[in-house]
Amino acid sequence: MIRFDNVSKTYPKQNRPALSDVSLEIEKGEFVFLVGSSGSGKSTFLRLTLREERPSTGEVHVMGKDLGKLSNWKVPHMRRQLGCVFQDFRLLPNKTVAQNVAFALEVIGKPKSAINKVVPEVLDLVGLGGKEDRMPGELSGGEQQRVAIARAFVNRPMLLIADEPTGNLDPQNSVGIMKLLDRINRTGTTVLMATHDQAIVDQMRKRVIELDKGLLVRDQARGVYGYQH
Amino acid sequence: MRAQFVLSEIGVGLRRNLTMTIAVVVSVALSLALAGASLLVRDQVNSMKGYWYDKVEVSIYFCTKADAKTAPQCAAGAATDDQIAAVKTALDKMPLVKTSTFETQAEAYKQWKNMDPDNALVSVTPADAIPSSWRVKLNDPTRFDIIQSAFAGKPGIREVEDQRQILENLFGLLNGLQTAAFVIMVMMLSVALLLIVNTVRVSAFSRRRETGIMRLVGASNFYVQMPFIAEAAFAALLGAVMASGLLLIGNYGVQHWLANKVQFIHFIGLSSVLQVIPLLIVAGMVMAAIAAFLTLRKYLKV
Repeated sequence: MIRFDNVSKTYPKQNRPALSDVSLEIEKGEFVFLVGSSGSGKSTFLRLTLREERPSTGEVHVMGKDLGKLSNWKVPHMRRQLGCVFQDFRLLPNKTVAQNVAFALEVIGKPKSAINKVVPEVLDLVGLGGKEDRMPGELSGGEQQRVAIARAFVNRPMLLIADEPTGNLDPQNSVGIMKLLDRINRTGTTVLMATHDQAIVDQMRKRVIELDKGLLVRDQARGVYGYQH
Repeated sequence: MRAQFVLSEIGVGLRRNLTMTIAVVVSVALSLALAGASLLVRDQVNSMKGYWYDKVEVSIYFCTKADAKTAPQCAAGAATDDQIAAVKTALDKMPLVKTSTFETQAEAYKQWKNMDPDNALVSVTPADAIPSSWRVKLNDPTRFDIIQSAFAGKPGIREVEDQRQILENLFGLLNGLQTAAFVIMVMMLSVALLLIVNTVRVSAFSRRRETGIMRLVGASNFYVQMPFIAEAAFAALLGAVMASGLLLIGNYGVQHWLANKVQFIHFIGLSSVLQVIPLLIVAGMVMAAIAAFLTLRKYLKV
């Protein structure tokens, strides 16, 4: 699903590479935590996976495609096959919950009939049935993140990338979001989640990839947040 | 592409940026109106050239008795009938000459008298002081120089005169006006284009949240950029409609006011204006769309 081959990324005007010679593979259907302190290269890793950046050296393969060789006009098509969730939700404040989810389908040209069918389904799935017409501002943080997950998942992507999805949430809401991501993972969707949340990583016991100063320092199946000595 | 979605985006975008939109519309309207005016003045000059060049003649004036003292080329006295006939023979051989008619001294005198009967000079000028002449129509009125070099200075000929010279002054003035309109148009147009660039930039910035999400969920570049381009094109369309209105008002003014004051000129009419209008609309929209597209390439990265 995701394969990094000796990937390094150095941003212009930076001496130290943000990511240095990282090689790893994530299989279809896996649930993977990406951990590390700020500046460890987590964001760069995700941006490379989304092809918001290209690697300086090495190859990034996502869903069978070499992103370095993917031409610009094919990028939108590739992004339709994956979903993204962020710490700050990135909802449109002037659209209702249902409109926010529908927006993702409208802008890729889906017909209205299909949109009207799948939006209520996915909102039910994330537990927001009955809140279709609320505005994001009226919802709790956890509910807003559910809207964002609904929007990311409405296309039934093969890969869901979550960048600190619980970063703005209290522990109780975080657990709810993790349960939801776990449920999405069980449908066969690969989930890659960057996080700082030690409790969650320790509790889930999934594969953990740790970056430190751009280096891959740990890749552990059923791992925990901190080092195991 | 769902038209309804795009249209609603355009409406939202234009309203959000109302002051800038008005600035764009007005500057586009002014520059297009000037462009149209410039085109129409050119049409006017061409139409007048066609109209007048058909009528203008080259006159070959012959020496009169009175000229012998005043003009050195006529020192030999009045032109003889042989000299007049020789000019006719030469004219008939020239392919450039369409027709030539002879005006006798008596005819010329009569015409001059009729034209300005109250002039004090008429009573003191004898009929034989007015020269006789060949009135020559040319197939190509601009080739006056050929007639000039063939006959000027020949025995018995006082002067070769091109009536076109009189018109050239008027055309010169109109061409000057056209150039001035064009220069102002170019300046207005650069103002309009810079305003469009800035409007699109502000618009892209104020909608960066939407466009960010669109890119994230895999909307094609076309879909992301279309609302901005359509917005600019729509503002240009409004400007072009306004410019068309200005031209129609201008045309009305010319037909109903200027045409009465200046009757010797045949003014081009509504049909010319209606031909220019679609050109302005298309040119305005295409230019705005291109300006928007180039701006987006810089400010809306994939």
